[in-house]
Amino acid sequence: MASPSDSPVRASLFATCIIDQLYPEVGESAVRVLRRLGAELDFPEAQTCCGQPAFNSGFWSEAKPLARRFLETFSGGNRYIVIPSGSCASMVRVFYQELFHDELALLGKAQALAPRVYEFSEFVVDVLGATERVAQAAKAPGRSKATYHEACHLRRELGAKTQARKLLKALPGVELVEMEQSEVCCGFGGTFAVKYADISGAMLQDKVKYIKATGADTVVACDSSCLMHIGGGLDKQGVNVRPLHLAQVLDQAMG
Amino acid sequence: MEPKTKQFNQGAALAIRDEKAQKSLLGLYHGFHAARLRAADATPNWEELRDHARAIKAHTVEHLDYYLAQVEANVAKAGGKVFFAADAAEANKYVVDLAKARGVKVVIKSKSMVSEEMGLNHQFEAAGIEPVETDLGEYVIQLAEETPYHIVAPAIHKSRQDVSELFHRKLGSAPTDKITDLGREARRQLRQKFIQADMGITGANFVVAETGTVVIVTNEGNGRMCTSMPRIHVAITGMEKLVPSMKDLGTFLRLLIRSATGQRITSYVTAVTGPRRSNDEDGPEEFHLVIVDNGRSRLLANPELRESLYCIRCGACLNACPVYRKVGGHAYGWVYPGPIGAIVSPVLTGLGDAKDLPYASSLCGACREACPVRINIPRMLLVLRRELTEGTAYPGQRRVALAERMAMRGYRMAFQGRMFLGLATATGRVVQRPLVRKGRIRRMPPPLSGWTRYRTFPALPKHSFRSRWKRGL
Repeated sequence: MASPSDSPVRASLFATCIIDQLYPEVGESAVRVLRRLGAELDFPEAQTCCGQPAFNSGFWSEAKPLARRFLETFSGGNRYIVIPSGSCASMVRVFYQELFHDELALLGKAQALAPRVYEFSEFVVDVLGATERVAQAAKAPGRSKATYHEACHLRRELGAKTQARKLLKALPGVELVEMEQSEVCCGFGGTFAVKYADISGAMLQDKVKYIKATGADTVVACDSSCLMHIGGGLDKQGVNVRPLHLAQVLDQAMG
Repeated sequence: MEPKTKQFNQGAALAIRDEKAQKSLLGLYHGFHAARLRAADATPNWEELRDHARAIKAHTVEHLDYYLAQVEANVAKAGGKVFFAADAAEANKYVVDLAKARGVKVVIKSKSMVSEEMGLNHQFEAAGIEPVETDLGEYVIQLAEETPYHIVAPAIHKSRQDVSELFHRKLGSAPTDKITDLGREARRQLRQKFIQADMGITGANFVVAETGTVVIVTNEGNGRMCTSMPRIHVAITGMEKLVPSMKDLGTFLRLLIRSATGQRITSYVTAVTGPRRSNDEDGPEEFHLVIVDNGRSRLLANPELRESLYCIRCGACLNACPVYRKVGGHAYGWVYPGPIGAIVSPVLTGLGDAKDLPYASSLCGACREACPVRINIPRMLLVLRRELTEGTAYPGQRRVALAERMAMRGYRMAFQGRMFLGLATATGRVVQRPLVRKGRIRRMPPPLSGWTRYRTFPALPKHSFRSRWKRGL
């Protein structure tokens, strides 16, 4: 466990393509929060996308060059790798070993790199041990009622079921109200949301209904892709609930 | 059963619009799914039990040849007969020929998914023999001339009003609102058949290799009537249902029943070894065990898909699956719906026609979380997707459209070189202009129109995170 007086925890940020391209403010929030908690960050410029869209669609030969690029970019050194997405972190930590199961050199690289990879909420709670410090740093400028959507890969691939809720509960200005079926998929699933739009849309409508029922003003998740999907549904239906990444909620609370 | 896996999208669309179906499907989450979680919570060492069961299944499937031979020998020792059927046609022929040779007119059946695979009822009818389903849900389905909607609860999509109307139309019974009346009517009808039947057909939840024992788990008692009243008992099972010993059976009964319905034990657990002995007072004179392959060898031969044979057909993955809970059981187009069906059906009936099954999933992993033997269904969905795009394991079965291939290539190229990505983003910022209102895109052209039917999309911001980092954060 690190405290501000120790030598800083050194980490590389993998921003993910969706945050880089669509939600830069989420990346900025993550940087501010991690620095306030004493992490020393770098941003390897060669990074792009982890390759998950191709991998999930069955195009493993298209996913491989992107995964190789990731491994080349992040393999040197022993810094932690922080990824503000449960899904992208799963790709790197879990699925690279599937993707390269029959390419020994790359499999070895993927295995060696996996223990350094942490999703944002895991990193804050498990590596920085910063739940208390988050609570202390958080001022309560106003009350916010938040509900939490448990992203699928975060829960079921990384097994990170408690960290984000722990942090939200630590914030004095945030009241956490659980929605019904918070652990059920919002229906995003990458290309699934486009190819099977009606099924995905039906799943999303349930999610929106359960969010609305909580009376929360904010829906929080650890994945910008789920939030893009849920937020898009809320907006389409004119429901006035803000979709925010956990990093943004912490950033605002500690701001 | 004739596969209709090709019509997945039509079936899914029908179910999504069907309010009654949606209500029953939501009921699965609050019913079976929640009951399973409570039962698991109340069982000491539940997680270890799952690990143990998985290890037993892995061992049995790896040594299936050995255990199949053991079953054959032990069934023979008990006075029964084992028939190995390579496919549905062979299995049908054996059972129907047997019925004809013994002068059977009425056959009573306890629930058997494998007999659904075989389309056995149609074969009996074609031979002038009357097959009668005796599990209440299956009886309803048979009267309605439908296929099962769910592995464990075949008529879950039917309301009591539906059943009342069906009984009224097919059996002439008075319309009623009371479930007990409906139960009584079914009982009255079925009792006659139990008495008339000369052949009872059951499935097998497990076959114990060391004793040659067939085990079935039921709540209505109909299964036990099928194994004990007619003079011939035929058990039909897929070749993956073997467990090595009686000791292993205990592990699986605890898992299966809790995972299926949340019960600690079903009303009936029936274990049958061979026909009646000379000193038994009743029981069938003949016992046959039909062990069906019907494509399972293809699953066995593929190390990436082999674990699908660990399935104990508890239905937990269906109840846990948010896609199944929208599209229902009929959309999947074959006997096994839901997540496990999306693995098994394509390989057993043809991957190419069933291409939607592996893709119609958000890969959320709820199925694996629920599976009592921890079958990694999402990983196998990924494997089948790979086979559909660029695989070699199922020749001639690649089915992914050129447009999707081009899109994936474009995506890869964009993210492989950052120069190209910068260019693509810059172009995107220009192209999106006419579509953006207050920072959101409300309508996109096909194929992206599916997205905007249910959601809006964020406009590309002026600066990427990368450029903000460069300017200094």
